[in-house]
Amino acid sequence: MSRLLHIHLGATFAFLYIPIAVLIVLSFNRAGLPTVWSGFSIEWYGRLAANPKILASAWNSVIVATLSTLIATVLGTLLALGVERAKPSPARDALLFAPMIVPDIVLAIALLSFFTLIKFTLGLHSIILAHVVFNIAFVCAVVRARLKGFDWSLTEASRDLGAGHLVTFRKITLPLILPSVIAAALLAFTLSIDEFIIAYFTAGAGQASTTLPMQIYSMIRFGVTPEINAMASIVMAVSFALVLLAQRLNRGRMPGA
Amino acid sequence: MKFKHIPAFLMGGAFAVMASISLAQAEKLVISNWDGYMPKDMAEKFKAETGIDLEVAVHATNEEIMGKVTASGGAGFDVLFVSSPFAEALNKLQLLSPIDHGKIPNMANLYAEAGQLKHDPGNTFSVPYAWGTTGLCYRSDLVKAEPTSWNDLLTPSDDLKGKITMLATDRWLMAAAFLAGGLSVNTDDQASLDKVRDQLVATKKDLLAYDDTTFYSKLVSGEATLVHAWDGWCNYGIAENAAIKYVVPKEGSDLWVDTMVITKASKNPDAAAKFIDFVLKADNGKWVVENIMYKTPNKAGMEAIDQSMLTTYPNMAITPAELLKYEQLRDLGDGMKAFSKTVSEIMAAK
Amino acid sequence: MSSRLISWLLMAPGLLWLTALMIVPCLLIFVLAFFERGTYGGIDWSAATLENFARAFDHLYFSIFLDSARIALIATVIALLIGYPAAFAIMKAPERWQTSLLFLAILPFWTNYLIRTYAWIVLLNPVGVINNGLIYLGLISQPLPLLYNEFAVILGLVYNYTPFVILAIYSALQRLDPSYAEASRDLGASAVTTFIRITLPLTAAGVAAGAVFVFVLSIGNFVTPDLLGGGKLQMIGNLIYDQFLTARDWPFGATLSGLLIALMMIALFMQAVASGRARGEHV
Repeated sequence: MSRLLHIHLGATFAFLYIPIAVLIVLSFNRAGLPTVWSGFSIEWYGRLAANPKILASAWNSVIVATLSTLIATVLGTLLALGVERAKPSPARDALLFAPMIVPDIVLAIALLSFFTLIKFTLGLHSIILAHVVFNIAFVCAVVRARLKGFDWSLTEASRDLGAGHLVTFRKITLPLILPSVIAAALLAFTLSIDEFIIAYFTAGAGQASTTLPMQIYSMIRFGVTPEINAMASIVMAVSFALVLLAQRLNRGRMPGA
Repeated sequence: MKFKHIPAFLMGGAFAVMASISLAQAEKLVISNWDGYMPKDMAEKFKAETGIDLEVAVHATNEEIMGKVTASGGAGFDVLFVSSPFAEALNKLQLLSPIDHGKIPNMANLYAEAGQLKHDPGNTFSVPYAWGTTGLCYRSDLVKAEPTSWNDLLTPSDDLKGKITMLATDRWLMAAAFLAGGLSVNTDDQASLDKVRDQLVATKKDLLAYDDTTFYSKLVSGEATLVHAWDGWCNYGIAENAAIKYVVPKEGSDLWVDTMVITKASKNPDAAAKFIDFVLKADNGKWVVENIMYKTPNKAGMEAIDQSMLTTYPNMAITPAELLKYEQLRDLGDGMKAFSKTVSEIMAAK
Repeated sequence: MSSRLISWLLMAPGLLWLTALMIVPCLLIFVLAFFERGTYGGIDWSAATLENFARAFDHLYFSIFLDSARIALIATVIALLIGYPAAFAIMKAPERWQTSLLFLAILPFWTNYLIRTYAWIVLLNPVGVINNGLIYLGLISQPLPLLYNEFAVILGLVYNYTPFVILAIYSALQRLDPSYAEASRDLGASAVTTFIRITLPLTAAGVAAGAVFVFVLSIGNFVTPDLLGGGKLQMIGNLIYDQFLTARDWPFGATLSGLLIALMMIALFMQAVASGRARGEHV
């Protein structure tokens, strides 16, 4: 059984990484064609280094994804804790599902119209505000999956022993839900860093609030060049290195339930 | 994760964001364009010549910048690069400033025909930047017979079945069938729409895909042998494989025009006019032809290019007078409802 | 502090955020459903009308909805079949590896959607890596139709959303106390019985969350049908996007979106009631 599980996990990872392997190969493609191989070259990495627009927009995406994830993870987790302790309410559940269901283009146009109406200045910060909206819903749903049937007697016991709410949260609740919170934050970061249409509509005018997906989609008309594949390959390499580093540093100290 | 550090981190992030806002508020000119559609050093050169900071925002499609400008009234943008039907709609929605020819002396660089465009005769609210035709792009080494008619695309011979693509953008998709049937590319009466729908639903069975982004790449790989294409994009394929050719079908083409417009919301219309004047310099017109491989209405620019391009890319040699014979796509106004329902019917057909 | 007050305090910031930045702005858009498109794409405010709803109740839009729901459902089932055991395997891994494995499952999705999709085109197209490989091996003589059809769209959706299922189910699996399963096995239950009677019900919340993620993200997707489907499939996401941006008919776009949201809410509500009953909870 356990062996089958391992094989399945290996196959799943292979499935998830096959296109990534292709993408890395294409980053060494000589011609600028998006889907045709025409010879080896490292030219695109050089061009990437000399393309401040792509690098700056990638950095903007990291800022948007990081901040919207932090805010949404905090608010979404609190929300999940509150909802699971409160009386069930279908109306509130509907509200919590809504950001996932509302089509992106609707939220995009709605937020831009709303920001315009209240004369709110647009920039990177307005993209962050917008991304938190859908991220709250996803974080809340993931953490709630952990809290269904959560044994609240543990926290009550802690309170009975005289611990305050905050101490109880830090010592009892948080360690129990931390893996879910990490899973939720990963999901939020992933949704945000790759989101295009809401970011496009809520961004300020100019390079200062252009995110990487906005930059890439704007290249479609005249060809998405392998510079973007080079960028993605570097993102993969850096993220991989960070995961390995964290794995080494945290040996034996990873959070568990 | 160290949770107690999060508030500090959030504050730091908030400061970083606020710093970027205050930076963004410095006085400058903001334009929105497709990435790669003008020289990379345009901003530096413009700044050197006029002292005005130029900030370039990017959009992916006409539809997206149009949606954004409609929802926000265009706040923050001074000059937009959009195709002519969108310029026309923006103008009808009163979101554009008039073009003051007195402030744009380089208008003199344009062909006389550039002032005779039907969407905006006399260039009152838009200045043309590039133009061309829509036709058939094909692998002359892989097709049995060279295509000459829109019907070669719409009712393909057996060897082409499953190896053709059509443009996905609604107006051009429909235009192919309108032209094949001898109709105006701006047709919107129900009977004609139904007829064209039946044709396009039938064609759909023989299509490899609808594609308006990578069709030239499909020709190079041999995935497709005949594609519905804009002339400039076909040139990207020709650059990779000399067996790729372009033809305007005998029934004709539309005339597509990309334009520059100044928003009504612009706080600095004089600087915007200076920018358009700068773009109309012969150098920049030349750059568009040589790098984007589009024809431009910029006479001075077209004359400055390496004339051998006209033989490598024969569609570059189509003259302005020939272009003017083709009908432009126009905003359909109230006709859009029936039109877009017809498009949905085609797209949903199995 | 009463526990009711505490739960409201916990919920307040999130609910306020959603009210201010989702409910209020979206209401501004949904009001448009009761007006008509202006001649050039603005809003004709002169008279309120139910005309858009009459237009929306057309066989065409209903069939597009059904088709998208069917495709989204297939993608959901496949993503669950792949994601559940994968999440289970991650949970069974040594604790210090679990977070890293989660990261590894999600890392590919920090690249861009468009270029991941292009990578699939390179793999699947008629002269692509897979077809050429199979022809080279002599397994097929004609290229298989792997791209520009429903298969490719479903593959693209499953690919992009499976990691979300893994995250949701992993989150729910965390509450699974191994001693339950052991007890069950000790009492003589088979592995399969233990899984169905103990493990699955305990992780139902995670399965439900993961299923909702894949379904709602799939039904609203418009890039995958365009690129991997070759534009030959119209999904509800494309339809709504096109109404707002291509046809510039915001009132009709708002109407279709409103109806879509209403339908999905009803479905979710019924699912919640049903699963609540199944678990013997009162909803």
